[in-house]
Amino acid sequence: MRKPRLLRCIQLIIMAAFAIIVLAGCENQFLVLEPRGPVAETQYQLIVVSAILCAIVVIPVIILTVFVVYRYRDRPGNKAPYKPEWAHNTLLEVVWWGIPVVIIALLGFYTVKATFALPKPPAPTAIKVQVTSLDWKWLFIYPEQKIATVNYAPIPAGVPVQFEVTSDAPMNSFWVPQLGGQVYTMPGMAMRLWLQADQPGEYFGQGANFTGKGFAHMQFKVVAKSQAEFDKWANQIKKTAPELTMDGYRNLAKPGLADVMSFSSYPEGLFEYIVNKNGGPNHKHHSNNHGTGHETEKHDMSGMHKHH
Amino acid sequence: MWEKIKDFASTFFVTGDPLIYGADVAIVLTTFAIIFVLTYYKKWGWLWREWLTTVDHKKIGIMYLIASLLMLFRGGVDALLMRLQLALPEMHFLHSEHYNAIFTTHGTIMILFMAMPMMFALFNIVVPLQIGARDVAYPFLNALSFWLFFFGALLFNISFVIGGSPDSGWLAYPPLSELSHSPGVGQNFYIWGIQISGIGSLATGINFLVTILKMRAPGMKLMDMPMFTWSVLATCILIIFAFPILTVTLGLLFVDRFFGGHFFTMDGGGNPMMYVNLIWMWGHPEVYIVILPAFGIFSEIVSTFSRKKIFGYKSMVFAMMIISVLAFFTWVHHFFTMGAGADVNAFFAVTTMAIAIPTGVKVFNWLFTMFRGRIQLKQPMLWTLAFIPCFAVGGATGVMLAVAPADYQYHNSYFLIAHFHQVLIGGVVFGYLAGIYYWWPKMFGFKLDERLGKWGFWLWNIGFYVCFMPQYALGFMGMTRRVYTYGWDLGWAPLNFTSTVGAFLMGAGFVFQIWQIAYSIKHGERDRTGDPWNGRTLEWSIPSPAPHYNFAVIPQVKGPDAWWEMKKEMQQDGTKKKPVQLKPIHMPKNSGIPFIMSVFWFIAGFGFTFSWVWMAVFGLIGVGICLLARSFQYDTDYYIPVKEIERTEKALGRAV
Repeated sequence: MRKPRLLRCIQLIIMAAFAIIVLAGCENQFLVLEPRGPVAETQYQLIVVSAILCAIVVIPVIILTVFVVYRYRDRPGNKAPYKPEWAHNTLLEVVWWGIPVVIIALLGFYTVKATFALPKPPAPTAIKVQVTSLDWKWLFIYPEQKIATVNYAPIPAGVPVQFEVTSDAPMNSFWVPQLGGQVYTMPGMAMRLWLQADQPGEYFGQGANFTGKGFAHMQFKVVAKSQAEFDKWANQIKKTAPELTMDGYRNLAKPGLADVMSFSSYPEGLFEYIVNKNGGPNHKHHSNNHGTGHETEKHDMSGMHKHH
Repeated sequence: MWEKIKDFASTFFVTGDPLIYGADVAIVLTTFAIIFVLTYYKKWGWLWREWLTTVDHKKIGIMYLIASLLMLFRGGVDALLMRLQLALPEMHFLHSEHYNAIFTTHGTIMILFMAMPMMFALFNIVVPLQIGARDVAYPFLNALSFWLFFFGALLFNISFVIGGSPDSGWLAYPPLSELSHSPGVGQNFYIWGIQISGIGSLATGINFLVTILKMRAPGMKLMDMPMFTWSVLATCILIIFAFPILTVTLGLLFVDRFFGGHFFTMDGGGNPMMYVNLIWMWGHPEVYIVILPAFGIFSEIVSTFSRKKIFGYKSMVFAMMIISVLAFFTWVHHFFTMGAGADVNAFFAVTTMAIAIPTGVKVFNWLFTMFRGRIQLKQPMLWTLAFIPCFAVGGATGVMLAVAPADYQYHNSYFLIAHFHQVLIGGVVFGYLAGIYYWWPKMFGFKLDERLGKWGFWLWNIGFYVCFMPQYALGFMGMTRRVYTYGWDLGWAPLNFTSTVGAFLMGAGFVFQIWQIAYSIKHGERDRTGDPWNGRTLEWSIPSPAPHYNFAVIPQVKGPDAWWEMKKEMQQDGTKKKPVQLKPIHMPKNSGIPFIMSVFWFIAGFGFTFSWVWMAVFGLIGVGICLLARSFQYDTDYYIPVKEIERTEKALGRAV
């Protein structure tokens, strides 16, 4: 029996390699499984609940498969019953239509609840950040501080932050895994997403929807600071950083990569200009019944909020 | 003049990459080799008469199969190139644009030019035989479907060396796929390659629906049909409703690109979201289109190799029909993060989860078909048994993805990549491979070698888990799809490296399978009975390979598992068979029009791709002439005389 042994050998090597890698992987950051804010926390809990509910079905199925194949395999002298005509049992059928229905109903209940709850922040958002995905960089505008940054976004820790996202390039997706799930950035629309970092720290963020050549380099950092430090930082940018002019923006928007940048000011209404020039007004007629700029009205991370 | 030609050639041909030059050389050499062999052995006439003009569903099925295996190779090489590039951080094996083109062609080819034709191969080879028919309802249309697929796939594939490949993802979301961001011809190749083959797919859907509804052997009621035929029926309904959406969507994208329209552009009132909705209204049913026949295959195999009736037949049919209806109500789950609002997301989350219920029921029914059976671990059964746990896990991660708020964390990450590869490989590929192993003797008259097959099987299976389990973890680590490179600092390296190893194991599995086919052509166990697996359905009642008229006498069916019951009856009656009265058999004539018409479609598609209007118009005129020619063709059928049938049946060892 040369071949099976060889096969087993290969299997063993692969499994050993796999084990080493998985163990080594423990030091790595499983960002989605290490939430650092309430949105990511809720999503993490849903991931765990859904995984457990699925496991309730999947694990018995796998065990049953192994058992059935072993017990009813075709070999001489197998004493297990053989009933070639046995093809229906109402009770069994009811059981395996019923159990999945119950599990899905349970999961569906949690899902619907969270789907409606998650877009609403627990408290009025403390600060607004307007995000624009460009080819292939991220522009962050702070309308209250009147400053702007590229490829990094400081935020105050411990308070909900209202992000408004759009795109001046093919649609991308704004994703900071440890703070919460992503939302598409789309030309001509300003979508909202609220996130919160519970503690100061640096959080990895990136574009999650393919936009061409430089897409892989669209990574950024969200830096959560205490309110005092955040204010200090904003003041410093205001004093020391260069201005972002309209020409400067047009240059920035050209396809290409960019380093981390800061700007002490930006053209008034730049974000609204970006949304409008990509067809914002065209999308108006099917927009919802609320205006922009009133953060407390309706916070729908998945709602299409258009600028007027 | 010379300068002009040089200029043209440098944009017309893809240049600058040694991989491409290698492919150029290989293509030219292969073409010459084929031409040489055909000429040297004087096989041109044979090729034309026996294959290019055939309307025989079995031969068309074999051509589909060969084409799909070639495309599996092409798409597989794409996958291995991608995995090489991602094996370690900051690799310089492929540059960004090349990588983008490769993942685009990988996805498009695997779904549209590998899975679809492999499915159509099995439709063609099996369905008429299973329902006791002599051909499909529209044999001419069937040939046309194949050649449209073939030339569509050809058009898509030549973009590799001519003009440049599409590189905006397999579903080509605008505005990235619009002229503003993809000015090259690659996107045009994408549109026309898919459009041309898409017409063929739609026609096949209609063809097999009519075949199943109208051409079943006398006595075979709908609820007596084999499960595979049921799955084909469900799939055809899906195709008929889904494919027109694809055609219209790509048609609108073409209008944008060719005529400067503004359906999906960023400016001028276009709305890219409309495209995303439309493409997934096709795209989601499409995944059920490819998986349902796999379910049908598993049902046949489980029943045959457990030597037991399929458990819960009615439940199985019911489940399949529910799936095919629900398949049209889940498309938004591909873009929960696009902001349709909590109410819409909640609805589509629940419908998506609900589809897991009938799917789960099918798994239980397969398990209880095996329960109290006698399970033979032949190759088709091995693939089926590998499918069950793999698909169960893939289905579970699918349910997890359906949890809309959690999907905000999975979306576009490697978790998603791992999920759909698990259901598409573990479900569709394993299913079709199981089907190919199962019906191979019916197609070619010999079995595929078990020993080499087991090597292929284990390499595929181990490779699969080594490749894709790490990708779930990578998703949790925040790795997004379609990145051509990543940094050392992210900690993604070890798992990516493992995944690459797994991909190559699967590649090795494929090599073993090709070796297995080559080896079995010479040494494979011949099937003289026509019923090598002790089968239950009608295709096993006739010789392998089946004569071109399939059934010398159309069987009379009394219930499900028709052949199984006939065998039981024959045993009770002793071996004596009632003498049957042969009659001349009515058959369709071969035709060259499907081939020629598809060539004209190819020319038209090529013309549109390069915006050479004269060429496109020439091609379309050719298509029109072919349609006219067919309309005035009256001599399209003939009768096989009884003497010839007797001779054929005797040569196949059948008493008449």
